[in-house]
Amino acid sequence: MDRHVQGQASSGDNGDDPKNNPTGPHPGIYSTKCNSQDPSVSSEEQRPPLPPRPNTLNLLDERQTAQSNLQAKATTAVSLTEIESQQIPDTVPNRGLPETLRARTSLSQIGSSKASETGDSMSIRSSIPNTDVGEVENVFNDFIATEPGAVHQDSTGLLLFPEFRADDVEDDFVSEFESVGEVDEHGENEELILERWKAKKKHYLILSAAGKPIWTRHGDGGLISTYIGVIQTIISFYEDAKDPLSSFTAGDTKFLVLTKGPLYLVAISQLLESDNQLRLQLEALYMQILSTLTLPSLTHLFSVRPSTDLKRPLQGTESLLSTLADSFTKGSPTTLLSALECLKIRKAHRQTISNALLKAKVNSLLYGLVVAGGRLVSVVRPKKHSLHPGDLQLLFNMIFEAEGVKAGGGESWIPVCLPGFNSTGYLYMYVSFLDLRDETSNAPDEDTTKEESVAIILISTNKESFFELQEMRNTLVEQLEKTKSIKIIKAAVDKGRPNTTDIVPGTVLHHFLYKSKANVQFTMSSFDPDFSSISRRRRLMSTYNNLHTSIHAKHTHVKVHYCVSQSATSFAWVTPMFELYCVSGPNANRNALAQSASKIVQWVQKEEERLFIIGGAIF
Amino acid sequence: MSEPTSTNTPKPSSSVKLVLLGEAAVGKSSLVLRFVNNDFQENKEPTIGAAFLTQKCSLPTRTIKFEIWDTAGQERFASLAPMYYRNAQAALVVYDMTKPSSLTKAKHWVAELQRQASPGIVIALVGNKLDLTNEGSNEAAGESTPAEGGEDEATNDENQAEEATPGDARKVSTQEANAYAEEENLLFFETSAKTGVNVAEVFTAIANAIPESSLKTGRGAGTGQATLGGGRPAEDTRVNLGERAAATPKEGCAC
Repeated sequence: MDRHVQGQASSGDNGDDPKNNPTGPHPGIYSTKCNSQDPSVSSEEQRPPLPPRPNTLNLLDERQTAQSNLQAKATTAVSLTEIESQQIPDTVPNRGLPETLRARTSLSQIGSSKASETGDSMSIRSSIPNTDVGEVENVFNDFIATEPGAVHQDSTGLLLFPEFRADDVEDDFVSEFESVGEVDEHGENEELILERWKAKKKHYLILSAAGKPIWTRHGDGGLISTYIGVIQTIISFYEDAKDPLSSFTAGDTKFLVLTKGPLYLVAISQLLESDNQLRLQLEALYMQILSTLTLPSLTHLFSVRPSTDLKRPLQGTESLLSTLADSFTKGSPTTLLSALECLKIRKAHRQTISNALLKAKVNSLLYGLVVAGGRLVSVVRPKKHSLHPGDLQLLFNMIFEAEGVKAGGGESWIPVCLPGFNSTGYLYMYVSFLDLRDETSNAPDEDTTKEESVAIILISTNKESFFELQEMRNTLVEQLEKTKSIKIIKAAVDKGRPNTTDIVPGTVLHHFLYKSKANVQFTMSSFDPDFSSISRRRRLMSTYNNLHTSIHAKHTHVKVHYCVSQSATSFAWVTPMFELYCVSGPNANRNALAQSASKIVQWVQKEEERLFIIGGAIF
Repeated sequence: MSEPTSTNTPKPSSSVKLVLLGEAAVGKSSLVLRFVNNDFQENKEPTIGAAFLTQKCSLPTRTIKFEIWDTAGQERFASLAPMYYRNAQAALVVYDMTKPSSLTKAKHWVAELQRQASPGIVIALVGNKLDLTNEGSNEAAGESTPAEGGEDEATNDENQAEEATPGDARKVSTQEANAYAEEENLLFFETSAKTGVNVAEVFTAIANAIPESSLKTGRGAGTGQATLGGGRPAEDTRVNLGERAAATPKEGCAC
């Protein structure tokens, strides 16, 4: 629970912020923000004005109002007059992403620049899970009248423009991940380096409560020691007052602080991310540290010596933290949805692979996984232990994103703590990559990309079981070859994710994310061709972040969220069974969009057993 | 891994368990990568845990299949090391010749091995990153012990001189390391995983140094057919191998 205050530090975990007037829109409402005023969307029909807003809002947020003047008014397909009436609640910087929205607030928020009063009816109707096209169409009936105005603009703009000001990074977003370089001996280039450091959109800092820098994504401890000092002072000031600092915003930069025992983790973001999303990212970084050290040894180090320099024990894992951090900065559906993705193959084929795993299983095995480029192919696990997406995310990051394991060129034997499974001890992980190329070729494949590499991951509690698991791997691979499973995996990997048009021919949708809540898994369409570039993809993820935040705002009961902007039309639909997020061009027809969304859901449900691992193999 | 490239007459083959130890970032994985794949990666990410690789090394009279444990150098992994050197017949203790502290760490490893590992273990002390020194890719650097050392710093053509640092980054002299190696009865080499200098030689020398008695015969291959003398290698054998491998490093072992 964070309070969101602009321009000044907010502290405390107190969710009952008196400033959050339950009857009025939260000042941090951002989600309706659109970047331009589109002349084509003038009013087709007058809508009744929304209830009056409490005036106190203005007082709360002078800054935001001022800032908003710099931005274009919202574009919606509703009516201009209404847009104007929404000026106040709308005048919130993108950065908002409040978490303390009240139900009513958020509903009126939806109404504010998009769906208006339909927001209510939508949420009620769609709360009953359904995949019936007709009903979905019904839900959107209210919109039809407003549609024509928006259609005749050529919809070239699919996230061609930054949807959010923070994403206006088309050219330099790649440099976000470049090193800032090192200060030379005489410190002559220090200013330049600092300049580069400051230009980064996203920073992560990890420091000890005593103020020792532990890890930073950009720059080294020496370069930014003064900043570390400042942040430590601010955090400990609130800590001393027993009112821990959790987040604050300065200008368009959000600072989020996570205190975990002796560690402070700080995220500094100029990207569109909510407090909650940033917190999840910091939690994952903390899990990575636990995964290296285990909780007891972390606690022990600091209880023996509070001034411990954790850099040494963490030596060699900096790149794991960095690749993890970069995956967040690039935008990670796994983290956003807290779910995993599977490789789409036929149910029978998956069954064959699972059976091979079960057949090859040795006594010391705890978990066995076949994973293709971070996508699960098959899992076997003991009945009483499930797998935690957070743990697997750490493993996949280590194996597929960071180079350390793969570059070794052989089989790996890695002690690793899976904090979700048990944060107090190590497990031992056997990793071997499958050679998907020509079966006769024995040379390790150097050209396979991350997406294409297939790993066999066997986890045991016994640190001596390497050779046993190696034997299991050999048996398994033999079996997989015999059943042609390797070819099947390769074909599925080569095929990649489907395009939206493969699923719904001629659809207006350009991309979607679908999370199956029961399976804690998600599936999505291909990033190509619209979102191949890293900056486009970042914008897409910002749009999803935005949708996700709106629809998950606390105390809201929104089930459908529809958002129109200059560069994209986006849509979220949440039921007890699934969450669907999709994005189409800026002037997509609402009906078409709703129909497509519905067809996507039908498709996913039809293909469910191919897209997801349901149950998995248990021993 | 790969099948033996030497397809001439079937030679007796035996496997040798070898472990690499040494401080972080001295180039253990790079040495292995050079030996196994004849490859080098700049700025390689640190090894996590340990990597297991195999590579065959063809000697005139037999084939040695190295089962290599490439361990991570970070301190937190130190407690796992016994698992890897236990039963190992050979160990490569690596230091970075541009970093004196890494030789100190190497000495600790040698002491631990002498104390804890199997008594007959063959230990090679390897100073890596020769490419960063003036000798550069000088082929003469790093004879196998206990042969003469200390002549290395005497000039030498920098034949493949494409070094990033023109200056001499060497901080550990050949004499110092060689003297220590002699004292402890270790094989000693100075290598560059980057240029490949002496890498194959290290492994070949180890293969030759493994006492015949401790060689377990690999599956399918005959026993006791090796004609090489057991125990510590004869001087001439080592020299021969060195020359052969230096001339055709890629053929020295089945890379």
